[in-house]
Amino acid sequence: MPLDNYFRPHHTETMLQPSSNNGQPEPLGTLLDLRRGDAAILDRIDLPGEDARRLMELGFLPGTPITAGLSAPGGDPRVFQVDGSEIALRRETARGVKVRLHHPPRHP
Amino acid sequence: MSQCDGCAAATTTVVESPGKRGAAAGSTRVAVIGPPNSGKTTLFNRITGLRQKVANFPGVTVEQHTGLAVLPDGREAWIIDLPGVYSLTPRSEDEQIALDVLTGQRGDTPQPQAVLLVLDSTNLARHLMLAAPILALGIPTLIVLNMADDLRKRGGRLDLAALADQLGAPAALISARQGEGLDQVYKFLAGTKPKPAPKELPVLQDVPKCRAWAGRVGHEARYRAPAPPEWTRRLDRLFLHPVAGVLIFAAVVVAVFQTIFNYVAPLMDAVKWTFAVSGNWVASVLPESLFRSLLIDGVWKGVGSVIVFLPQVLMLFLFIGILEDSGYLARAALIADRTMARVGLQGKSFIPLLSAYACAVPAIMSTRTIENKRDRIATILIAPFMTCSARFPVYTLIVLAFVPNRPVLGAFLSTQTVAMLGLYVLGFVVAVLTARALKSSVLRSGRTPFLLEMPSYRWPTLQSLGLRLLDRAGVFLRRAGTVILLVTVILWISAHVPFVDGKPPAIGNSIAGTIGRTIEPIIKPLGFNWKIGIGLITSFAARETIIATLGAIYGMDSPDPQSLDLQKALHQDLAPGGAVALLIFFAFAMQCISTIAVVRRETAGWKWPLLQFTYMSVLAYAGAFAAYHILR
Repeated sequence: MPLDNYFRPHHTETMLQPSSNNGQPEPLGTLLDLRRGDAAILDRIDLPGEDARRLMELGFLPGTPITAGLSAPGGDPRVFQVDGSEIALRRETARGVKVRLHHPPRHP
Repeated sequence: MSQCDGCAAATTTVVESPGKRGAAAGSTRVAVIGPPNSGKTTLFNRITGLRQKVANFPGVTVEQHTGLAVLPDGREAWIIDLPGVYSLTPRSEDEQIALDVLTGQRGDTPQPQAVLLVLDSTNLARHLMLAAPILALGIPTLIVLNMADDLRKRGGRLDLAALADQLGAPAALISARQGEGLDQVYKFLAGTKPKPAPKELPVLQDVPKCRAWAGRVGHEARYRAPAPPEWTRRLDRLFLHPVAGVLIFAAVVVAVFQTIFNYVAPLMDAVKWTFAVSGNWVASVLPESLFRSLLIDGVWKGVGSVIVFLPQVLMLFLFIGILEDSGYLARAALIADRTMARVGLQGKSFIPLLSAYACAVPAIMSTRTIENKRDRIATILIAPFMTCSARFPVYTLIVLAFVPNRPVLGAFLSTQTVAMLGLYVLGFVVAVLTARALKSSVLRSGRTPFLLEMPSYRWPTLQSLGLRLLDRAGVFLRRAGTVILLVTVILWISAHVPFVDGKPPAIGNSIAGTIGRTIEPIIKPLGFNWKIGIGLITSFAARETIIATLGAIYGMDSPDPQSLDLQKALHQDLAPGGAVALLIFFAFAMQCISTIAVVRRETAGWKWPLLQFTYMSVLAYAGAFAAYHILR
């Protein structure tokens, strides 16, 4: 397999892959819709390019399962289990991470 | 393996490098790199031990840790510990430094001839993503899979030979904490170090492709991820419990505060005593002379007044070391984040700001745990507003002299206690307001998201704690021996010249006294006379110096804040409004050479310390002016 263009900048749009729903529409929500113990599949990251890249380097990649964990008192920031690590995100960041929910959001 | 033009070029620069600079060093140069929490520094400490030194990379705030490793055959290898990074895409200062050092683009640091890439074997698939850009550099690399003990205990495994085969580089499974498998690291350092020849590398800029590649490599190496860390999950249910977690957090805060504030006092007294006794001894040996006075009153007392804070510095860093190495610091930052976010800061600013109540110098040194540069600078800028222990004796003297002791709430609170508490609150409020102003203007960091990885809990090791203390003590003492020494000598000279009849003048007629009189018109609107002026000038060495200076002006031998004579003398020289103005001046002004020096070091330039000094001085002057005129 060829090694291509190590240090040449690539455009970032390839990283923000749209969801492949394949005709089976799953409800789309954000990480904020997850309660402790809920799991979901990451769909896309609606954050500025640099921030999205940081998150992706920590394992937040489209198609990755994410489980909501414990949080600071008051629910913000919250810890998410993703790709073998536990990463805490503030609400404002978690809101930008769109996920495919296995169950519809529980909030009213 | 096929190669592109870009990496062929990168490879050529590597091949020519073991030439001139390598010969000068006379030993192999090796860089240690890895993601945060991979145990990179533990490995560095293991193989270099006490043969370490720490400096700043010139021009940036990144600390440069270098050390010598002695190989089994007696040769030496020069090891550099690079900052923890998730990738080599240069966005933060840390990543820029790592990339520049590895590609030989920093004039101050020769390019390493080999790399130890440290990855957490319990989270291999994700950590392998960093292997792609490192291997692409073409520098001989050892893949160090750390935390082998954890991997085994939690039932994970992998085929080391298959991994090495996939990556085209030797691999070692070690536990830096336990010292297990280090022979493989030494073997690599002593060996021939072939260039890496990975079977395949992904497009480096494409994070999903890098992750997929890492997954494939892990799969080929038959990597089985370990079970989730059961103990960490259990401890987190306690430490992040809505009630118990907050109580434990509060207990930790109180313990840190109590220790650095109260329990270290005997140690500090011991240091003070040692300086006093040794000073007296030296004084008794030397003949009466100006040189003796300079040595004892200038150097000995001046440097001693800074070194007295060493126990506090060490105790604080012992605490931070335990909190950080055990993994609790990340949880504490998580709990404190919401509160700190209200003033525009983040959870990691909490411990440094708490420490600043003891002394701003170690507090500013401890802001290194804050990765976000703007948050770090904002924390550094507000830390000196916290009421440090050097302000305490000054506050005590003025409050005792001017505030009559009357009960406020029965036997519990007196007017004097209320005054002292009020000063603590004042410093805190101004710090909060300053943080808000900074974070909504020059240091706005709106776009950088707050990301905090929660590492697994681990026992801190004595070696790591010990090296950390040694490191910080070295940084602290070096400053006491240079900047502080210089300033105390200058202050001593200014208080002892010009000579009158071959003798030093009374302090009022010395250069310091002249300066005091010269600035009198400037400080008169604050209600201060020239005597207070001299006190203010000398207090720039360290705040509490004003007590000794005023004592000298009033002709007392060993003044202390409790001294009634000093209180009386001060009472005659200062109107009540002026006393309040003086308190406010001390609450706001940055009268501390050590803090200015440490801010310059930590922010790598004069811009921030100058801005901070100006801001705090203006605030101090305006506050004192307002207080004096309102209360007159």
